Amino acid sequence: MELKANAPSGPIETRWERHRFEMKLVNPANRRKHKVIVVGTGLAGGALAATLGEQGYNVAAFCYQDSPRRAHSIAAQGGINAAKNYQNDGDSVYRLFYDTVKGGDFRARESNVYRLAELSVNIIDQCVAQGVPFAREYSGLLANRSFGGAQVSRTFYARGQTGQQLLLGAYQALERQVNAGTVTMFSRHEMLDLIVVDGRARGIVTRDMVSGKIEAHLADAVVLCTGGYGNVFYLSTNAKGCNVTATWRAHRKGALFANPCFTQIHPTCIPVSGEFQSKLTLMSESLRNDGRVWVPKRAEDVTKPPNQIPEEDRDYYLERLYPSFGNLVPRDIASRRAKDMCDKGLGVGTAVGGQRLGVYLDFKDAVKRLGRKAVEERYGNLFEMYERITGEDPYEVPMRIYPATHYTMGGLWVDYNLMSTVPGLFVGGEANFSDHGANRLGASALMQGLADGYFVLPYTVANYLAQTPRNTADDTHAEVRAVVDSVKERINKFLSIQGKRSPDSFHRELGKLIWDKCGMARNKAGLEKALQEIPRIREEFWENLYVPGSGEELNQSLEKAGRVADFLELGELMCRDALFREESCGGHFREEHQTEEGEAKRDDENFQFVAAWEFKGDGVEHQVHREALEFEYVKPTQRSYK
Amino acid sequence: MEKSLNLVLHVWRQKNRDAKGQFVRYEAKNISEHASLLEMLDQVNEGLLEKGEEPIAFDHDCREGICGACGMIVNGHAHGPRKATTVCQLHMREFQDGEEIWIEPWRAAAFPVVRDLVVDRGSLDRIVQAGGFISTRTGSAPEANSLPVAKEKSDRAFDAAACIGCGACVAACPNAAAMLFTAAKVAHLNLLPQGEPERDTRVRNMVAQMDAEGFGHCTNHYECMEACPKHISVEFIAQLNREFMSATARARQELRPRRK
Ligand SMILES: Cc1cc2nc3c(=O)[nH]c(=O)nc-3n(C[C@H](O)[C@H](O)[C@H](O)COP(=O)(O)OP(=O)(O)OC[C@H]3O[C@@H](n4cnc5c(N)ncnc54)[C@H](O)[C@@H]3O)c2cc1C
Ligand code: SF4
Ligand code: FES
Repeated sequence: MELKANAPSGPIETRWERHRFEMKLVNPANRRKHKVIVVGTGLAGGALAATLGEQGYNVAAFCYQDSPRRAHSIAAQGGINAAKNYQNDGDSVYRLFYDTVKGGDFRARESNVYRLAELSVNIIDQCVAQGVPFAREYSGLLANRSFGGAQVSRTFYARGQTGQQLLLGAYQALERQVNAGTVTMFSRHEMLDLIVVDGRARGIVTRDMVSGKIEAHLADAVVLCTGGYGNVFYLSTNAKGCNVTATWRAHRKGALFANPCFTQIHPTCIPVSGEFQSKLTLMSESLRNDGRVWVPKRAEDVTKPPNQIPEEDRDYYLERLYPSFGNLVPRDIASRRAKDMCDKGLGVGTAVGGQRLGVYLDFKDAVKRLGRKAVEERYGNLFEMYERITGEDPYEVPMRIYPATHYTMGGLWVDYNLMSTVPGLFVGGEANFSDHGANRLGASALMQGLADGYFVLPYTVANYLAQTPRNTADDTHAEVRAVVDSVKERINKFLSIQGKRSPDSFHRELGKLIWDKCGMARNKAGLEKALQEIPRIREEFWENLYVPGSGEELNQSLEKAGRVADFLELGELMCRDALFREESCGGHFREEHQTEEGEAKRDDENFQFVAAWEFKGDGVEHQVHREALEFEYVKPTQRSYK
Repeated sequence: MEKSLNLVLHVWRQKNRDAKGQFVRYEAKNISEHASLLEMLDQVNEGLLEKGEEPIAFDHDCREGICGACGMIVNGHAHGPRKATTVCQLHMREFQDGEEIWIEPWRAAAFPVVRDLVVDRGSLDRIVQAGGFISTRTGSAPEANSLPVAKEKSDRAFDAAACIGCGACVAACPNAAAMLFTAAKVAHLNLLPQGEPERDTRVRNMVAQMDAEGFGHCTNHYECMEACPKHISVEFIAQLNREFMSATARARQELRPRRK
């Protein structure tokens, strides 16, 4: 299989504009006859479904929550980037493009990234017109902040709830279309498989999560905007329901999965406090602007109350190791150093499973320097959130933080049109692999989701519809019946095993393994071990799973079982990809490939490509395909934060 | 050191919308004070699974207090005893060892029970469908800074927009009214200049839909604000009433035959 990126050539500033002109349009009078399925109503899917509906297409949108307003995008705190240069601090589309390619450690496609930077400015206009209450200055103009180590202030934000406000904007636009009758919304419907007829994506099979009804929905094209797969780790900052099922099922039907090992770990999350822990909570990265990270110098001090540990016995290790960036080093570096410290036995907080996984983030000096009031103004809501969760007051006792999985750069492979290797199957938002390379910059996921949904997919999907015969298959078509039957069979299988273990218990076991072996740092021996272990867990899953109740009712154990089954397959592919990629880049850190100072060492000569994996059947190894990456504009350099 | 609790739960179990429900007693043992209420229920559910029983169904997703999926009445309080806190963020340190905890679903005619603690809040979506938006076509928006909005106004709109659509206000209201929810959305959009052109139709259509869904009428008990996890203020209800009256008056004026 040859991977055709279909990216236009020529000067990078002109590519999207030209491509847009070359794409085919659908006559407004005919749009109603074209049906498009959009799975997912987060920023990407919500924006897309609303836009396609408004343009007059016949849209069916799906989400697993009870309302489209609850998609996981709602939880994003920090902000959204856009190259508006409102602060006149030297920002530009080109600079945002440059920063994103570099930040992604040179593993993303230049054409896509440029388009993203270009569209960022339209996103802000669109959202403001919808009534998104972004932060403003006293002049009434929009405010910005600098985020995630960027040297310019290009991040737009709405207090600590940017994702919520952007999603409500998209949700409201979507509900307007529901009211207009152009979009039919299917809430509490989970996509369980993809229907491919004569080589084209023509529909999906869903389960109505209330009645249990299994049903085929057919269309001319299918778009997956189903978010990331971070929950493969069990513990992550993702919402509990986030899953890989939609994309994994599509993968099994022929869509290649790209760079699955590229996952992002966020350094400032609240540490695990016990075996019961169900998810992790992110604390905004902005805390590192004023907080100082440290651990005790001596292992015997780790249980001492932190305020009784004198200055000379503390190791402010980030300031020591990175004198110029200090506590503000990039996410991956801050995360790995925290892990090193805890691996050395210097971690603090509650011991869980025999290990203390936490480091201090101390605001004592900030309070001294700025006064309590100023600290309160900057971080008050975050301190409150921390207090609510841990029961400790960060004004009095240093916070404890530890890294957690936060975002997945990998996803279904797509070309410049965001179409997967299955014709007619498009993928947007976190679910695709496209724009962030091996590492995503802060405040860029919201930007990408909305760019895909409002401004890219409406064109590229139309271009496909304009050139493709309409779907003729209906429920009686042999292929459609076969997929529906296989979904039913799988559900019956889950229910009939009647073993002893809950879906969650398998999920925890898998998550811990992936976190240990394919988390912040990876090595050959560990990955090989995981590749032996995962099939064993999977085997036990299919023999010893217990799901009570029936398929014809709301059954949350059944929902979990299906998701865990898919994570058990994805987890293996992640480890295989991590083992295959014999280099370190971005969020992928192979211990064998580091500089003398312990920094990631890329191997551009051998690994400057996207690894896209093809499913070859159960029990058969995946086959890798390579999409070579070329850098015409931003020349690869090694990162340095010393 | 870490405390652990033993609790007695009385949880509402109801197989589906039409089935009869009842409280069932469970013991929750060895619960860490650091666990959230939902994590406590997770543990109870794992125990039920071990015994081959069906776990308690409840809605949840983000577990960070922002998606609005979770919600249940805990000891008579929507989202439990702690102010401005969703149940997913309510930690067990708020409870005493040996305490009995009563847990039941939102109760409102417009929120039929789906199963156990899960209810159908589709009525809230339909209120938004009726007018909770600003009609802008994708791609046709003017340059964002071409329309300055006074910071105070924008902040005020944000205060209203912070609503997470959980429905606690309805559950807490003796009349099961959805006034706080509706008022918050109307205020968010009507406070902004972008929302101005549709302000009258918005408020009229949303209120009409609220009535059509079978929500009760507001008689100023203000229990909603007490229960609201996001501090949405009842001042927005007053604003809604004003908006509604003037919108209705303007509509009447337009309908009245013009006399020379
Ligand atoms: C805590 C947190 C904070 C973040 N902060 C920021 C930030 O400040 N800035 C930033 O840029 N990014 C941030 N991110 C990342 C960003 O929020 C996400 O990457 C982005 O919102 C994903 O949007 P999406 O539309 O792709 O998917 P989502 O919003 O995850 O939506 C997925 C949709 O798919 C549906 N779905 C999933 N599976 C199925 C299925 N099988 N069947 C049917 N429907 C399904 C869901 O119901 C949902 O509607 C943050 C992420 C987290 C976890
Ligand atoms: S107003 Fe408050 S209680 Fe009501 S739905 Fe919104 S957040 Fe929930
Ligand atoms: S689970 Fe999202 S608000 Fe509680």
